[in-house]
Amino acid sequence: MDFLKFIRFSVKQIVFGSSTYYMWLAILLAFVLVGVSGYQQQLAHGHIVSNMRDPVPWGMFIGTYAFLVGVAAAAMALAVPGYVYHWKPIKEIVVLGEIIAICAVVMCILFVMADLGRPERFWHLLPVVGTPNLPTSMIGMNVMILNGYLVLNIVIVTYFLYCAFVGKPYNKFIFMSLMLFSIPAAISIHTTTAFIFNVLPSRPYWNSAILVPRFIASALCAGPALMVIAFQILRKTANINIREEALQKIAEMISIVLFVNLLLFFAEVITEFRSATAHTVHMQYYFRGIEGHVSLVSWAWTGALFNIIAFFLLLTPHLRQNTFLMNLGCVLVFVGVFIEKGIGLVLPGFTPGTLGEVYEYVPSLAEVMIGIGIAAVGILLFTVLSRVAIPLTFSEPYESGDDTRFENPRAVIREI
Amino acid sequence: MGKKNDREERGGTRRDFLKLAATGAAAVSMAAPQAAEALEFDLETFLQKHFRRMSDEELEALIQRLERKYEQKYGKEFNVKATGPVDDVLFGYGLDVSRCIGCRRCVHACVEENNQSRDPEIHWIRVLEFEREAVVRGVNLEEGDAYFENPVQPAPGKMYLPIACMHCEESPCTNVCPTGATWEEPDGIVAIDYDWCIGCRYCIAACPYGARHFNWSEPTLSAEEINPDIHIIGNKPRTKGVVEKCHWCMQRVRDGRYPACLEACPVGARKFGNMLDPESEIRYVMENKRTFVLKSELGTKPKFFYFF
Repeated sequence: MDFLKFIRFSVKQIVFGSSTYYMWLAILLAFVLVGVSGYQQQLAHGHIVSNMRDPVPWGMFIGTYAFLVGVAAAAMALAVPGYVYHWKPIKEIVVLGEIIAICAVVMCILFVMADLGRPERFWHLLPVVGTPNLPTSMIGMNVMILNGYLVLNIVIVTYFLYCAFVGKPYNKFIFMSLMLFSIPAAISIHTTTAFIFNVLPSRPYWNSAILVPRFIASALCAGPALMVIAFQILRKTANINIREEALQKIAEMISIVLFVNLLLFFAEVITEFRSATAHTVHMQYYFRGIEGHVSLVSWAWTGALFNIIAFFLLLTPHLRQNTFLMNLGCVLVFVGVFIEKGIGLVLPGFTPGTLGEVYEYVPSLAEVMIGIGIAAVGILLFTVLSRVAIPLTFSEPYESGDDTRFENPRAVIREI
Repeated sequence: MGKKNDREERGGTRRDFLKLAATGAAAVSMAAPQAAEALEFDLETFLQKHFRRMSDEELEALIQRLERKYEQKYGKEFNVKATGPVDDVLFGYGLDVSRCIGCRRCVHACVEENNQSRDPEIHWIRVLEFEREAVVRGVNLEEGDAYFENPVQPAPGKMYLPIACMHCEESPCTNVCPTGATWEEPDGIVAIDYDWCIGCRYCIAACPYGARHFNWSEPTLSAEEINPDIHIIGNKPRTKGVVEKCHWCMQRVRDGRYPACLEACPVGARKFGNMLDPESEIRYVMENKRTFVLKSELGTKPKFFYFF
């Protein structure tokens, strides 16, 4: 059975490695344990160990969730130039983008699970065994679509790597259909995530149609920005050939989408402040603070500033061509979008609350610990998956060489 | 390494593995009850069906089980009910804003009747205090203060607005619930199945009236404090990690009694009844008073009417 061999190869790739690799795994596992211990506290005492309360019922978990759904767009950002326009330098790295998407979605699911008050009842959400409120509940829809997207990406990546492993060309029809289908699927996960927020008339800060395109735009900034950084790290650590022009193209694409994101954001700010209804209070809280409650103000301006600086860094060709400035731009976009989505989306929506209560939320130690743990799980997953993917997708010789079939399967992929 | 050795080697690993697995299983079986206790986890609740999907027999079995469980836990007799809605009844609530003095007796009567946690304190009714001068330009809930403290109620120059669940006809909370754990009963009460709620708090985000409250920790409730007359989707004691809110004292009103908040009101500001009965007090209020609902622009159609 070729597939069993493929599994065995994958396990081998994951289990055996250099001492640096083991060291890296150990560090990540230590952070995972930090998360486990935070979660243990939460299981024992309830969500009281977080700083969320009735006026701000969602905090860091859901904020990061909204951000990470965006990161999962990384896959789409590569699938379009790679498989719609067949641009070769990017086609080579699409699978890595899909792997980032898998990791991001897994982290999303973990954040949602960490947020649930009764995690053992998650099955109530599922069809057949549970009673999902579909399609009325946007969380219900989102859970379905997110899990579907996860499965889709796992299938694409497994199929692609398996074909590379056995050295056969993949079935073009199946693979292209899956790949093309993953593009609208990626859009739908952002759309339904935005719908979770913007279908609530009780929260005027979110109740705006522009939130949906803003979600897609910011997603297409953060995901690719992470990739540009991650690919350079892989280029160093795994010694693989990712072409500079691919990174440049991604960076250029980020600048264009970032422009759209800034424009939509600007439109929202102007609409809010110029109409100055009672509903403007949330935006006011975010950018100016109300009644001395100013804990988010510096975040708000930092985020906006980061995005604007990054826009110019990535837009101007001779700045972008400087690797340092390009990386700086990507880091600024990533952090900027994290502030915009992770902090600036959820918290101002709840502050002040529906009855006017101002509760300033700052994540608790337990929340941060759980967040670190989940981030470590994501990075760990990316590490092990790329250990399997890289020798199969890039032309560097495969070292162990105990199976002659591994010797040159890559040639096939290159041809397609 | 010879073949025989190899096999022994593997046998050894397998034995080791089995030993390890056995130790692991023993450790888990010892740790599991503790973990289950920490989670307030019991298998019967875990496997319990949605309230609305239970047959009469299953409901009867659940009532028996809960009575046993609570009697054991609190050491007194319990009357667990699953009374259904009465035909041709649609409940409505009225509150006379010109009478309310902001004494918060309703808040505390509610806590005692409905077994809310005493620590941390959960209040289903919130009384907002407004400057009368500010209200001249319309009621903006953001200007209300829920934490007022005055030597005497009512304080001069103030007005009061008690707010709890509005039992909306177009309830945003039931729409957003991903598991259908909250719904509107035929008699108009918006109920929650506390054993079905997964604690995602989407309903708290969706409610425009701040009516829903989450059990951020295990609720504290002593045996003396607990009200043993309970309804499964009403004032049944909650666990941590689920959402709760006003259910118009389902355990009382379906037996023909008034809600506890109404009985506690010293000025008679609260009116409750069947909106389909032309003789009811609530119908009198609706037909003869100037009524308004909160945040009518959101289209939630509350069944809680303020009047003056």
